[in-house]
Amino acid sequence: MATEAHDAAAGAHGAGEAVGMPQLDISTWPNQIFWLLVTLVAIYLIVTRVAVPRIGAVLAERRGTITNDLAAAEELKLKATEAEAAYNEALATARAEAAKIVAAAKAEIEADLAKATAKADADIEAKAAVSEQRIAEIRAGALESVTEVAKDTAKELVSVLGGKADARSITAAVTARMKG
Amino acid sequence: MSEGASTGFQIHPMDQFIVKPLFGGDHIAWYTVTNVTLWMAIAVVVIAALLMLGTRRRAIVPSRSQSVAELLYGFIHNMVEEVTGHDGVKYFPYVMTLFLFILFSNLLGLLPMSFTTTSHVAVTMTLAMLVFVGVTVLGFVKNGIGFLSMFWVSSAPLVIRPILAVIEVISYFVRPVSHSIRLAGNLMAGHAVIKVIAGFATLAVASPVIVGAVTAIYALELLVACVQAYVFTILTCVYLRDAVGGAHH
Repeated sequence: MATEAHDAAAGAHGAGEAVGMPQLDISTWPNQIFWLLVTLVAIYLIVTRVAVPRIGAVLAERRGTITNDLAAAEELKLKATEAEAAYNEALATARAEAAKIVAAAKAEIEADLAKATAKADADIEAKAAVSEQRIAEIRAGALESVTEVAKDTAKELVSVLGGKADARSITAAVTARMKG
Repeated sequence: MSEGASTGFQIHPMDQFIVKPLFGGDHIAWYTVTNVTLWMAIAVVVIAALLMLGTRRRAIVPSRSQSVAELLYGFIHNMVEEVTGHDGVKYFPYVMTLFLFILFSNLLGLLPMSFTTTSHVAVTMTLAMLVFVGVTVLGFVKNGIGFLSMFWVSSAPLVIRPILAVIEVISYFVRPVSHSIRLAGNLMAGHAVIKVIAGFATLAVASPVIVGAVTAIYALELLVACVQAYVFTILTCVYLRDAVGGAHH
């Protein structure tokens, strides 16, 4: 265990020079213990007066900031969800509105169309009736004309043939013939 | 270790642990400014720089140094809360003080030519006794005489309870010893090994291998420095739980 502490290092106690372990040199212990206690007090003061309050405050502040930020983020997320729901609702409403308008327009157009069709039908019917009447008139007129022409022709024929045309007998004859 | 000298190597692996006055003289009184004072002061300065300068802007989005400070704070705070429970959180500053001192002393000790304060049994024993006495006093203040019931294992059969009580008491009083020797021993051994291996680099043939070996051991020592600070702190929390969390294991 013996170590030769060489001269340069041997500012130490006379007995401590040659002894193996400087740790076991009791004569230096009071010195070490005294300075150790001074050091510990100094470190303790640094820790309690500065480090613990300061670092504790910083950590608490950081925790608070993080918590607040998370809460804010949560709130914003909620708001975004709400906004999305509102948007979807508005979209659905608009869609329903549009469908209603389309349906209404369709119904209106159909009604107009039906009315127009009915009017056109009525017009056509009326016109057809008028035309029929005219045709009937024309037909009646034509019949009369034929009778007239037949009477005239018969009178002329009678007179040309040298007979004396008696209007009454001719009419009777023509009428009898027309009935024929 | 003496074979180094006898074969012609000049290896003095333990010289790095010698406590010596900074301003000459050869008497070390309790108030003498020594290399212990210097390196403890450097540790305080580094801790102050990290915790005070690093966090001075109190930024919501932290800078790098503020991140490190917050990481250390959160790490120890969670450890205290998980191990000792909710009632133990008020002892967080004490645990934080121990952790910062040990961690930065260990890491500063890895600088070349530095002095490792936590490699000294006097220092680690004082730390361990602070924890031991603190926990014991706290246990009696909080639980009164009921604190002693942690030595009386009520889940064991009645016959073997006295035997277990003796074992428990012995293990309770061995705590500060294991607590302190573990830390000092790990650091001292690691630093001594680096010195011994580095000493072999005077052999020109071996030096390339030695450089690689020292690098590897240095990396291991970095790990040990952090792990030992962690171990000391979590054991402190475990002991604290005995006092705070009632008399159960």
